[in-house]
Amino acid sequence: MIGKAATSLLFCTGVILLATCSVAAQQKSSCIECHLKLPGELGDPARSIKNDIHLSRGLSCNDCHGGDPTKDDKNAAKDRTKGYLGRPQTVDIPAFCGKCHNDASFMKKFNPALRVDQEKEYATSVHGRLLKTGNTKVATCISCHGVHGIRAVSDALSSVYPSNVAETCSKCHSDAARMAEFKIPTDQYAKYKSSVHAKALYEKQDLSAPTCNDCHGNHGAAPPGITSVANVCGQCHARQAELFQASVHKAAFDNKGLAECITCHSNHAISAPTDQLLGTGQTAVCVSCHKQGEKGFAVAGELRGMIDDLLARIDKSHQILDRAERAGMEVSRPKFELREAIDGVTHARVLIHSSSTAEVDKVVAPAVGITGKTYQAGIDALAELNVRRKGLVVSLFFILFLAVLVYLKIRQIERRQPA
Amino acid sequence: MTVDTLKSWLDERLSISSLGYAAQKKEVPLHRQSIWYYFGGMTLFLFVVQVVTGILLLLYYRPSSENAFESVQFIMTEVKFGWLIRSIHSWSANLMILTLFIHMFSVYFMRAYDRPREVTWVSGVVLLLLCICFGFSGYLLPWNEVSFFATKVGTEIAGVVPVVGKTMLRFLRGGDEVTGATLTRFFGFHVAVLPAMATVFITVHVLLVQLHGMHVPARYQQTHRRMKFFPNFFLRDLIGWLVAIGVLAALAAIFPWELGVKADPFVPAPAGIKPEWYFLFMFQTLKYIPAKILMFDGEVIGIMVFMLAAAVLFVIPFINRSPEQHPRRRLIFNVLGGIALLFMAVMTVIGYFA
Repeated sequence: MIGKAATSLLFCTGVILLATCSVAAQQKSSCIECHLKLPGELGDPARSIKNDIHLSRGLSCNDCHGGDPTKDDKNAAKDRTKGYLGRPQTVDIPAFCGKCHNDASFMKKFNPALRVDQEKEYATSVHGRLLKTGNTKVATCISCHGVHGIRAVSDALSSVYPSNVAETCSKCHSDAARMAEFKIPTDQYAKYKSSVHAKALYEKQDLSAPTCNDCHGNHGAAPPGITSVANVCGQCHARQAELFQASVHKAAFDNKGLAECITCHSNHAISAPTDQLLGTGQTAVCVSCHKQGEKGFAVAGELRGMIDDLLARIDKSHQILDRAERAGMEVSRPKFELREAIDGVTHARVLIHSSSTAEVDKVVAPAVGITGKTYQAGIDALAELNVRRKGLVVSLFFILFLAVLVYLKIRQIERRQPA
Repeated sequence: MTVDTLKSWLDERLSISSLGYAAQKKEVPLHRQSIWYYFGGMTLFLFVVQVVTGILLLLYYRPSSENAFESVQFIMTEVKFGWLIRSIHSWSANLMILTLFIHMFSVYFMRAYDRPREVTWVSGVVLLLLCICFGFSGYLLPWNEVSFFATKVGTEIAGVVPVVGKTMLRFLRGGDEVTGATLTRFFGFHVAVLPAMATVFITVHVLLVQLHGMHVPARYQQTHRRMKFFPNFFLRDLIGWLVAIGVLAALAAIFPWELGVKADPFVPAPAGIKPEWYFLFMFQTLKYIPAKILMFDGEVIGIMVFMLAAAVLFVIPFINRSPEQHPRRRLIFNVLGGIALLFMAVMTVIGYFA
């Protein structure tokens, strides 16, 4: 939830800082000079701000906190009559950052593409709504973006960089003591780490793979409702969502109050979907609703059967083509054609979300046709191999026969020749 | 018109009977090392096989990066006996290089390059280099992954030659990279330039062999007997050629030459890319040479050494003369030849299994 929202907030906080600090970056900053000398949390802001995006854009402490950084005297520098704000209260943080980040004309100077509705969106989030009630345990801008060492979202070291988002959220959401008050589970991060999405993000380094904020939103973070889950998943899995919406399952799920995608696929711990999820076996999700004798049970079995049958045909083709290839036959063309049948399996696996055997058959039937041709190509290649070997034996016999004739001729000639 | 009339008609115009007379007079020395005489003829026979199968392949082959792979695939799968012609062409090329090496080393160790056969030796070395160029240029023509990257590496090696390297690399590739332009010019070399040159040098080589006759090693000068070339030696040659055809047919039927995967310049080179076996000893040696030798680039030094070795090969008849007066020099040359042969064999084996 935090990623992009956090970025904006982070940027917001930063820009507020920046707004104050622009000149100070190049000019004298008594804030940094003094705070650098202070130990602990009073010195931390001055030490960490060197990596802050706001500072790098020319803003400094006073752009957010007010005050006069040109004054060496502490009281003069922190003179509240001259606009010194000091440290904002937790409940004030969104507005504190929003001073700049809500201001489109100001933000344009730094990043014309940056959104300026983060504070408004935040107000709609669970975090924002709770904050409004005075609950300061919820996340605000700085919880996700950090305070003084705020980095751009595109910076891999940023706490809201795609591969860091889940960990950032988990700092609070995996904290059982902290979450006890809200009565929500704390195993989301652990489950997410085992998911196919996490595998794509962390192992394949695919930054487009979803993390918390891609499903829950950034600044407007909230759990998606039962009716909107399909819309969330459908952002990426558009075809599956579209098929599901048009299927008989849509109305059935709505009637039973079932959340769409996650009823079969689960949510945070979503694993790579396999054919085992489909059908009437023990691992199939279909049997959790459809009992034997029902139409849905039969359709589930039929759908699974179609895919299994196609897979078996592909495997059979592969085996015979591999055999022919190992024997030295040129079968790269049927092997290439077989890829189309494999694409057919992928397509069929998507189409099962229509719950219609007729729809799935539109893809499976041509793919079965291809496997028939490729299998025949394998049979033909092996038959050709057999013909070649027989031809070889005949040729070798003929060549040997000729060689013997020549040998006999040599002997005949040399017998006649004088020694 | 009877056969005799036709003969006399041709004889009057082409003097066939004089050729027949010369052939009847031609003799081959017979001694314990006569077996090596067959390898020259065998190499020539395999070259003829190359020419014939090459012409047949030309009927279907299309020399462009878009069509080359597909046309060879078509030859292998759709053209009647296309698989046989292509496999024989590839296997015969390799066997020809093998018999050529055997021929060269037998001539070397028997000192058949001695006066007055120095030019015959030089023309033979030229033919060896031409055949290697045939192999290198032909390897790329199917435009598959292995040949593409092997050519890339091979031309890179040519590119590190001091002074002329860069120009040579651009000339060979037809640009900075191996592309369709490289394929087109390799095709041109393979079917036009190299065959023309080979025809000239084969003619010179064979005519010189006829002119000087077969060389007899010194130790058999007194004891050897003689065999008529026609028909005795020729019929023995014929048996060898029949065996070669049988071997080629068996190799083509049991181990058809692979086509592999079409070259894709945008994918990384697959692991374990190797050149043809006759380049392996050089390829493997270059791997063992350290990156830097003193202040010089190790690879450059390695390539220079191989170029020097090729140059030495040309001048061997001129630096190893009068063996009767220098028995020690003769021993040195035999030992050096043995070491070179052993080195090539060991490096090839290591390169093959590496």
